[in-house]
Amino acid sequence: MPSPLTNRVAIAGVGETDYSRESGRSEMMLALQAIKAALDDAGIAPAEVDGLMTWRVDNTSEAEIAANLGVKDLAWFGDINQAGNVGAALVAHASAAIVAGLANVVVIYRGMNGRSGARYGRGEVTGRRGQGGSAFTEPFGLLTPQHGLAMTARRRMHEFGTTSRQFGYVAVSEREHALRNPRATFYGKSLSIEDHQESRLIVDPFHLYDCCLETDGGGALVLVSAERARDLRQPPALIRAAAQAGYARDREFIDTAAASLAPRFWAQAEVAPSEVDVAQIYDHFAPFVVFALEDYGFVERGQGGPFVEGGGIRAEGGTLPVNTSGGHLSEAYLQGMNQLIEGVRQVRGQSTAQVADCHLSFVDTGIGTGALLLERAS
Amino acid sequence: MTSEARPPFPPPVPTEDNQPFWDALREGRLVVQECAECAHLVHPPRPMCPECGSFEKGWREMSGRGEVYSYVVTHQAIHPSFSGHTPYATALVRLEEGPLLTTNLTDIAHDEIAIGMPVQVEFVAIGDGITLPLFRRA
Repeated sequence: MPSPLTNRVAIAGVGETDYSRESGRSEMMLALQAIKAALDDAGIAPAEVDGLMTWRVDNTSEAEIAANLGVKDLAWFGDINQAGNVGAALVAHASAAIVAGLANVVVIYRGMNGRSGARYGRGEVTGRRGQGGSAFTEPFGLLTPQHGLAMTARRRMHEFGTTSRQFGYVAVSEREHALRNPRATFYGKSLSIEDHQESRLIVDPFHLYDCCLETDGGGALVLVSAERARDLRQPPALIRAAAQAGYARDREFIDTAAASLAPRFWAQAEVAPSEVDVAQIYDHFAPFVVFALEDYGFVERGQGGPFVEGGGIRAEGGTLPVNTSGGHLSEAYLQGMNQLIEGVRQVRGQSTAQVADCHLSFVDTGIGTGALLLERAS
Repeated sequence: MTSEARPPFPPPVPTEDNQPFWDALREGRLVVQECAECAHLVHPPRPMCPECGSFEKGWREMSGRGEVYSYVVTHQAIHPSFSGHTPYATALVRLEEGPLLTTNLTDIAHDEIAIGMPVQVEFVAIGDGITLPLFRRA
């Protein structure tokens, strides 16, 4: 039986600011510029917005955004806790609200000075001063998200034989995509596998070019009912499936959340991974693109490394092009927002690395913490 | 490794839920929370047993033996106060009783660390009444 969510809601507008290392403007301004662009893209007036959602880690409240947009009656708002990895989860929440009739026009936004302001790779930003659960990790030198992720990467390399060089092909493939995208931070700057292997170690096994960018910028999505979306400016990106997964069991540093989400997600979508035309995957660190490909079932466990090494994720000739805007490694690190936008562009046929005849566009925003399947409206 | 040679990592802030773990370390014992109803070992400590839902708990003393399960080596000073203290290694040790512990290895060079390497706990006082469970080659 189809999910009550299937193709009932669409992403009707997307917008972003320029991406830079120093925006010179407030995070609220970045969010608002992106929202304005997304509403213009859809052809919807700001005052029509009745729902606003963002990341818990965003510094601009829904009330502040509403006061700028001139929202008269904010019917639906909220944020999701965890970290940067909640973008698709927000889309799932907003979609549920629209299907339930609790809101009509929901905007999801993220505005961040991720380079000139609070930097997520820094222990003084993400550290918790030994409090709570961090009492069992920080006294031993683990202070940032990359630390726990590097533990998983090392263990998976041991379990499945994946190599750092194979991770490097994720970075190289994404850079190729960024060379086609004038918005990308690394537009015009090529990257070889040797560049990756010779780059300095940050947290071994992560080399510099395994790590995402730090970016100042804003992005926004506009969600409305599929019915409404039909009459708007852009071809609608229908939300065929949207779901999230958290950690319930004690971690063994092997499975990602995608291992829990995958069976439920593909059942909701009524699609097999092999039917997907293009994927955006949360590449905070390049190895996790490999792990996501395996844990979502695009390839068997242990086959992710050979798949990326063989060109499987390249827009040019790959069977599943991944992170076609350049992703977090080469376009911008907007905590999944730029990948949600790129996922929409692919079903509209507007990507700078467009996949031919794209019907099904997959977006993961946290290696299983949330995922979407977008479908081109027929 | 002496406590003086350690980078200035944040000390743990004990809470009501895990105080006995830190108290035992000060006495030179490594304990792990054990459910009083179903004997499940729970680490890090927490109020409720995820196996059976009990709030009743005890503390089982571990042998202190285990093996390296995973490890990372931090090369970039990811906190301003770590400058001059890199690279440093952090390991996950699988205790022979089952739980995974985050720790540092005291006498093993970074390029000699290997998954599966047998290790043994040692207790290192870091001041302010806090003792950490670190591990050396067994």
